[in-house]
Amino acid sequence: MTRSKLRGIALHAALVLATLVFLFPFVWTIVMASNTTADIYRFPPKFTFGGHFGDNVRHVLENVAFFQSMANTAIVAVSTTVLVLFFDSLAAFTFAKFRFPGRNALFVILLATMLLPAQLAAVPQFQTMALLGWVGSLKALIIPGAANAFGIFWMRQYFQNSIHDELVEAATLDGCGFFGTYWHVALPSARPALAFLGIFTFVGSWNDYMWPLIVLTDPDHVTLQVALSSLNRAHGVDYSMVMTGALLAMIPLVIVFAVFARQFIKGATEGAVRG
Amino acid sequence: MTVTASVSAPRVTRAPVKRRIWSYWRFYLALSPFYVLFAVFGLYPMLSTIVLAFQRWDGLSARRFTGLDNFAFLIKDPTFWQALENTVVLFLMSTVPTLVLALVLAVMLQSAVRFTNVYRIAYFIPNVTSLVAMAIFFSSIFSTNFGLVNAALRSLGIPQQDWLGQPWGIKIAISTMIVWQWVGYNTLIYLAGLQAIPKEQYEAAKVDGAGAVRTFFSITLPQLRPVVLFTVVMSTIGGLQTFTEPQVMVGNSGGTGQSGMTVVLFFYRAAFLDNDYGYAAAIALSIFALVLLFTAINWRIFRGRGEDR
Repeated sequence: MTRSKLRGIALHAALVLATLVFLFPFVWTIVMASNTTADIYRFPPKFTFGGHFGDNVRHVLENVAFFQSMANTAIVAVSTTVLVLFFDSLAAFTFAKFRFPGRNALFVILLATMLLPAQLAAVPQFQTMALLGWVGSLKALIIPGAANAFGIFWMRQYFQNSIHDELVEAATLDGCGFFGTYWHVALPSARPALAFLGIFTFVGSWNDYMWPLIVLTDPDHVTLQVALSSLNRAHGVDYSMVMTGALLAMIPLVIVFAVFARQFIKGATEGAVRG
Repeated sequence: MTVTASVSAPRVTRAPVKRRIWSYWRFYLALSPFYVLFAVFGLYPMLSTIVLAFQRWDGLSARRFTGLDNFAFLIKDPTFWQALENTVVLFLMSTVPTLVLALVLAVMLQSAVRFTNVYRIAYFIPNVTSLVAMAIFFSSIFSTNFGLVNAALRSLGIPQQDWLGQPWGIKIAISTMIVWQWVGYNTLIYLAGLQAIPKEQYEAAKVDGAGAVRTFFSITLPQLRPVVLFTVVMSTIGGLQTFTEPQVMVGNSGGTGQSGMTVVLFFYRAAFLDNDYGYAAAIALSIFALVLLFTAINWRIFRGRGEDR
């Protein structure tokens, strides 16, 4: 065997090892979710998949309103994503392709907001929610996050590079209004960028923890993350059940990621290098 | 008529300012969602936070203006300093290994020819999973009597450790989770950065007889500088706001010796468990100051040196 061949094998061995490390928590979660807690507590622990997944799921459903919180999370994540995609791309298209008084100042303000930590607003924001009567309502999660600076910045980069000014001009000459040009020219051409922003927003919204913990006061109307943490707090000794809940909470994300993985990874890396 | 693409905008006639601004209404309307939402749910609350930081308020009784009292108390509060220290230590314990491992993996991935897409997807998966679920997972494997980590130690004949019951153990458990979650993400970003480096530079180095190590330090790393800056800034902003991992793994108390108490967890406790809103506002401002400070430091380290300006 040649030296370069040996190097190639060593390289892939290292890369496969890293893959195993990254994927191990998922495998072990399934192992725990399919065994009884007693099996997990044994020494040495049981390393194989068991047949108790059904029982564990039943225990999860008995202890938290799992489907309710999954539905809440889905409503929040889907509506946030749709709103963000629409509002951010519309604003980004405007910034990228049109001139108007105050454009640069508005854009600088937009960039500056990205440095502000969320905690800076959390206390008065809670008071605002109380004033609006939105405490305990999913609106409190959806509306404040319906447009964001990162998405506008991200989409603007894309529109600047991918849509020629001539195209916008031609559409305008053809009688497409401003909105028509956005809808018929800009949006269809921005699919990859929208796919990335969409998954990014969906995952972020699905995973949001602190704000739902604060603003969703009724234990029956929480999101999945909050339900999961309360399950852990109350039944932390029953690992199998808690890990079953954790597994169920991850499945939708893994599916979304699996469907869009290629586009997402392409988008994620392009933005960093350009930015 | 009112809508004109930027390139073709004829700047000949000058209508009165009022009419000119009005003629752009579509653009302002298109931008308005973000700015309206930011004004209502961002700017206004932030300004209120600044006012609140000089007041004492439990959310029920009347607000009382107390001047700098909250800040004076904050400076004397040992928990605050503990939280600050924990946050910085956790940030270093997680960011340094994350970025070093990511760079190593990216360099390896770049020289791999086959299966690169499979590796990329596998490495990225930890980043798109449920944070709470994974925090529960990591607290389970670090559990004293039944955790996998201790099972592994015992099978090697090493005595088990009380990971989540000891200050250093808590920090190791939390940063392990952060490293696991972020190595893949940063690997992909470094990989994209590596692929953007012109091939000619490597060829020139080869001609000059530079070895692999020399090439790495005099070509790869300097060229990668902007990408490294990006990852450091992102890790800093994220790291200084660590909340979910400690909150789920050791609870609102911050665990043994409050060693999992981060500044954001400290803030969360003051505001939403103790209803000490004025104090929480002062903490929030200190978090903001911390983010600005660290961003400025990063900027100086990575942009300041070795550049013409």
